[in-house]
Amino acid sequence: MAEAALNLRVLDLTHLIAGPYCTRLLAGLGAEVIKIERPGIGDKARHIGPFPDDRPHPERSGLFLYLNRNKKGITLNLKTATGGHLFQELIRSADIVVENFAPRVMPSLGLDYPTLEKINPRLVMTSISNFGQEGPYRDYKATDLVAYALGGLMYITGAYDREPLKHGLSQAQYLAGSLAATATLGAVLSQKSENQGQHVDVSLQESVLLGMFIQLTTYAYTGAVSRRQPKESSVFANVVPAKDGYSAPVFYGFVDWKALAQLVDCPEVADGRYASYAGINIQSPELEKLLVPHFAQRGKHELFHAAQALRLPFGVAQTAADLISCPQLKERDFFSEITHPEVGTLKYPGAPFKMSESPWRESSPAPLLGQHNEEIYCGLLGYSRTDLVRLRQGGII
Amino acid sequence: MAVLPPNRIRILDLGTAWAVPLATRLLAGLGAEIIKVEAFSRPDVTRFGTHPHNEPGEKHWNRGGRFNDLNRNKRDLALDLTRPEGAALFKRLVAISDIVAENFTPRVMKNFGLDYPVLKEVKPDIIMLSSSGYGHSGPWRNYGAYGMGLEPTVGLTHLTGYREGRLIKSGIPYTDVPAATHGTLAILAALEYRRRTGRGQWIDLSQYEVSLAFIGEALMDYVMNGRLQGPLGNAHPFLAPHGCYRCQGEDSWVTIAVTNDEEWQGLCQALGRPAWAKEARFSDALSRWQNQDELDRLLEVWTSQRDHYDVMHQLQKEGVPAGAVLNPKEVLLDPHLKARRAFELVDHPPPTGVGRRPHLAVPWKMSRTQGRLQQPAPTLGQDNEWVLTELLGLPEAERTRLSEARVVSREPIPRPAARSEQPPAQQLEQGNIVAYDDNFEEILDLK
Repeated sequence: MAEAALNLRVLDLTHLIAGPYCTRLLAGLGAEVIKIERPGIGDKARHIGPFPDDRPHPERSGLFLYLNRNKKGITLNLKTATGGHLFQELIRSADIVVENFAPRVMPSLGLDYPTLEKINPRLVMTSISNFGQEGPYRDYKATDLVAYALGGLMYITGAYDREPLKHGLSQAQYLAGSLAATATLGAVLSQKSENQGQHVDVSLQESVLLGMFIQLTTYAYTGAVSRRQPKESSVFANVVPAKDGYSAPVFYGFVDWKALAQLVDCPEVADGRYASYAGINIQSPELEKLLVPHFAQRGKHELFHAAQALRLPFGVAQTAADLISCPQLKERDFFSEITHPEVGTLKYPGAPFKMSESPWRESSPAPLLGQHNEEIYCGLLGYSRTDLVRLRQGGII
Repeated sequence: MAVLPPNRIRILDLGTAWAVPLATRLLAGLGAEIIKVEAFSRPDVTRFGTHPHNEPGEKHWNRGGRFNDLNRNKRDLALDLTRPEGAALFKRLVAISDIVAENFTPRVMKNFGLDYPVLKEVKPDIIMLSSSGYGHSGPWRNYGAYGMGLEPTVGLTHLTGYREGRLIKSGIPYTDVPAATHGTLAILAALEYRRRTGRGQWIDLSQYEVSLAFIGEALMDYVMNGRLQGPLGNAHPFLAPHGCYRCQGEDSWVTIAVTNDEEWQGLCQALGRPAWAKEARFSDALSRWQNQDELDRLLEVWTSQRDHYDVMHQLQKEGVPAGAVLNPKEVLLDPHLKARRAFELVDHPPPTGVGRRPHLAVPWKMSRTQGRLQQPAPTLGQDNEWVLTELLGLPEAERTRLSEARVVSREPIPRPAARSEQPPAQQLEQGNIVAYDDNFEEILDLK
């Protein structure tokens, strides 16, 4: 079997989305990820869902199952002295540890970076938090909504006459997770040559900030404070109703008026009379009056393909149903089927990118709570099965 | 101090616009040497627009703010890859580089005669990132794809909008960001693979697929239950209060997200324990969620009398998750981001007249090898001489000939028109901007 990109051991203390997405990427690239969960309750994501038939069950949460494939699951109570010692034993042979607790937590457990570094000077420790390990907001609490607000992406998104809007689901967490994986690998590459680890500090706020290159530059260069969608929103700032959903008309740079005229079978458009300020957002109420009724009569995918055939870079507003049955994704083998003991065989989003030599590794289902306790505590650390029983009885694992 | 070992990693960056330039900027932040390879007949689109004071100036393509943000710590070679001599020069560079990154539509590199199979012949362990909208295979592979159009295509727009069903596209080419972060990740993984095995490889990254990773739970809901999730506005599937509330001042807002009973108590405390907060319908999490609309209205009465930063600090003091909704100016002036050194002050070379500008720093902190992004973005063809002389060792006669033959150039050919911007007064009227500061350079302390 072809070799995976990474040959590393990761101790994964993370929960919910940001941390687990980071370690999902590392696992997919081939790292051995040992996911450490609290005994009994486990990762909070086990209780978020979605659940099949809306029946909550800690082994059947869609979010958990999606994010935690190819990871080994063990239980460990870090708040106990024995738990702390077991963790330190694991650190000795780990390349990476990832955590996404509030910044106070690891130090309060006696497991901050200086302590772990003494045990394993080559360790890369990655901490993902709301606002980073230092600064005036260090101990501030946040959800995705709050990170979006303080990262700047929220103010510039939404309708003119309405409140600012955050993206759906949990984008800040996913962004932070992907940045954390990137920074972690950067630190690992440095460690491979200099034999020294370090502490990597990723913040949700700064991960959101990464997307602000347009509006921040506008103020820094011109003094204009960008707002959300303009008052008279152009057809092209948003999605437009089609017969069976929504179309996403897009222009990039200069408008190809001839192509647009052809697309909507309206010759008068071709001479560019509806041009206002060139750019991505074209604002012309007259053009809108022409295009909107036309689009409303066409199927969204038909319009998408017809536009693309004319080299107009339209998009199309797709639903989950569209995505699961998308011919492009099918041809690309994007979805993979995985069988899980509790939830059966399901389709999952697969590798985020394709590497020609080193295969993505994500064929094993997400672990049951404590599924790999024996493999890790006995196999790796040399404890006996009766030790395990004692550890369970004492609430350690 | 460079992170990437053992000598500098050299990357040839053919990227334009956002995704790959942002990916290589992240790599520059890790200490890699980036040589941006631009077509002088079609300079990178971000060179156009967002000029200082909206003044294009004579060489406007060297005064583009967005370009300056995305392309710091990079050198620039401007050449014509459509000419055999240009392609040959490029291949000579590949022979002494580690990575090639590009975000063209799939047919482009092939048409140049510079796709992976060719480059692999030149340098067997070359790592190549091909970042495209839909990937290098499949019926949609040559479709034009920009972030603004991809956001709906990846399913995010059906999940983003006001609760009554009004769908909203964000204000940025959002999908370029995950494309960039995953592009950088893939390159680093390929470098680690090469370190162990001596082998390079080709990375085929589709912005479409990468962005789908970020809506996994919605896909799982459809797979498990056949259910299509819709937009929630700023509300939450099970938490309340959770939303965006108007504050004092023009278009000023704060977000509040209460995640447990303790935080609810903290919120009540901050509000001075008003009578309505003690009502039965707000006394537990489930009831609060069921009565969230009324709860939101009552909360907004309180917030609308206060400054958004004050609300945030006051609530956070009581342990309540709250965040002021910062406009772009406020982001640049935020005290926490300042303490985090989230922005670099970059001095641009005097001939450009751009002066000192704040730009985004590296988006992570590393305790031992923190990277900086302080070198200003290059002017077009800025490093042509350096590449031809220092890297390729071409004699002067040869360099002159290449320039006269227009294989390389330090000027764009043909000369591109400057992109005109709407005057600020008009933008203000149309609601594109909320304010305009004449003295913004003073405010940002740029002098």
